[in-house]
Amino acid sequence: MPSSEPVPLIIAPFVAIGRAVVHLLAVVGRVAMFTFRTVRSALTPPYYPGRFFEQMMHIGWFSLPVVGLTAVFTGAALAQQIFTAGSRFSATSTVPAVVVIGMVRELGPVLVGLMVAGRVSSAMAAEIGTMRVTEQLDALTTLRTDSYRYLIAPRLFAAVMALPLMVLVANAIGIFGGWLLAVEKLRFNSASYLAVTRRFVSVDDFKMALVKAGVFGFFIALMGCYHGFNAGGGAAGVGNATRNAVVSAFILILASNFLITAMVFG
Amino acid sequence: MAENKIALEGISKRFGAMQVLDGVNLAIEPGESLAVIGQSGSGKSVTLKCILGLIRPDAGSIRVDGEEIVGLRGRALDRVRAKFGMLFQGSALFDSLPVWRNVTFALTHGQQSDAKEMRRIAEENLERVGLDARILNLRPSELSGGMQKRVALARAIAPRPEIIFFDEPTTGLDPIRADVINDLIVSLVDDLGVTALTITHDMASARKIAHRVAMLYRGRIVWSGPRDRLYDSGNPYVDQFVQGRAEGPIQ
Repeated sequence: MPSSEPVPLIIAPFVAIGRAVVHLLAVVGRVAMFTFRTVRSALTPPYYPGRFFEQMMHIGWFSLPVVGLTAVFTGAALAQQIFTAGSRFSATSTVPAVVVIGMVRELGPVLVGLMVAGRVSSAMAAEIGTMRVTEQLDALTTLRTDSYRYLIAPRLFAAVMALPLMVLVANAIGIFGGWLLAVEKLRFNSASYLAVTRRFVSVDDFKMALVKAGVFGFFIALMGCYHGFNAGGGAAGVGNATRNAVVSAFILILASNFLITAMVFG
Repeated sequence: MAENKIALEGISKRFGAMQVLDGVNLAIEPGESLAVIGQSGSGKSVTLKCILGLIRPDAGSIRVDGEEIVGLRGRALDRVRAKFGMLFQGSALFDSLPVWRNVTFALTHGQQSDAKEMRRIAEENLERVGLDARILNLRPSELSGGMQKRVALARAIAPRPEIIFFDEPTTGLDPIRADVINDLIVSLVDDLGVTALTITHDMASARKIAHRVAMLYRGRIVWSGPRDRLYDSGNPYVDQFVQGRAEGPIQ
């Protein structure tokens, strides 16, 4: 137990920082253990292909409308902004290039990641958290079913697989949104717009987008499952787990997006 | 003397500053039905979870059929768990699965399997707890509390365990439904020849379903005896508890 001796005022901030660092390291350690157990459980049978496909549907298919709408509006808004800003330097011809690069490298993966995190991390945390507080997780164990294997692994792998597919779709729809606005409103020539788009985007851009998407998918499912799995008592516990899952998934997505971008272009 | 089915010796468990179990000694003979009574927070659930391997005690020994199970992990622990069935206080049915897949979960472990055969097994076990095949495809949330409890009971007995644990089996049910569950437990213990451990604070239930009653107070067993002695135990703790008095040694 911590001693109750008063801490001299001058070192109090260091004590606080030290406590926070220790706490953070403890959380990182627990999350790492959780990930390790999940991956280890997935390596040996029994496998749950049915659960995996069910999660692919939940995470991927049912999120498509949300993701599509996000992408089309963002692509169109981006085109309008580049056009307005570019017209001051008679640089409106950069619209297709900036739209495609902005969508594929950054906005596509990040917006899909954030939208799906809002939809899926919260749902996972609430579902698994409810199973925790209603003893369904204990029931799984007493019925000799590994909850990492049965609940966590299918969600984690499905998210890692689904997010890249969704980012591909979002990128295509985002580019379409920019094209639609440029051609219909800004009077661009359709063929030359698409030609510029093709010239400015490379396979490497798509590769990076897919890597980002896979990483985001991993964090989305990991945060949803981890917080749900460790939910405290009652409805309030599930509420906290849900909120923490979404907030931590958002932060991890934005931070890892920055790190990947910095690594590739830094 | 017959070897004990389950034997606990000196089981202790502390959560933070709370000493929840403080040296629990308890033995259950094969085919015996034992009820552990005690207040909320006296450590009844923790005792049960220690035997199930859901919580690891800080100290002490738990033997099942003579085999030490404290410290077992993975497959070895699963092999022991195969002997147990558990009825959870809130039923703990899986609400994403229909009734028939809940009842057969111990056989399928949630995997795809011969649906026709599993539905037949589910029906057979539901019949044992007085439910019929009409509810096979319903979700747990579509059932009343009493029916959920019976489905959970069917799930616990489906793999024909040697030992069944009942965690507050009558809590949250009206007196009539509670008695239906009591009757079911008595008939299951008799018909299937299982060893039963029930934790409860429902005196009527304890008297009906148990051969022997033990009382847990502040993490220790303070009294144990046949159910007929429950009301003349001569033990001040038991007397206060069974008569439900606010005054007495239990504060």
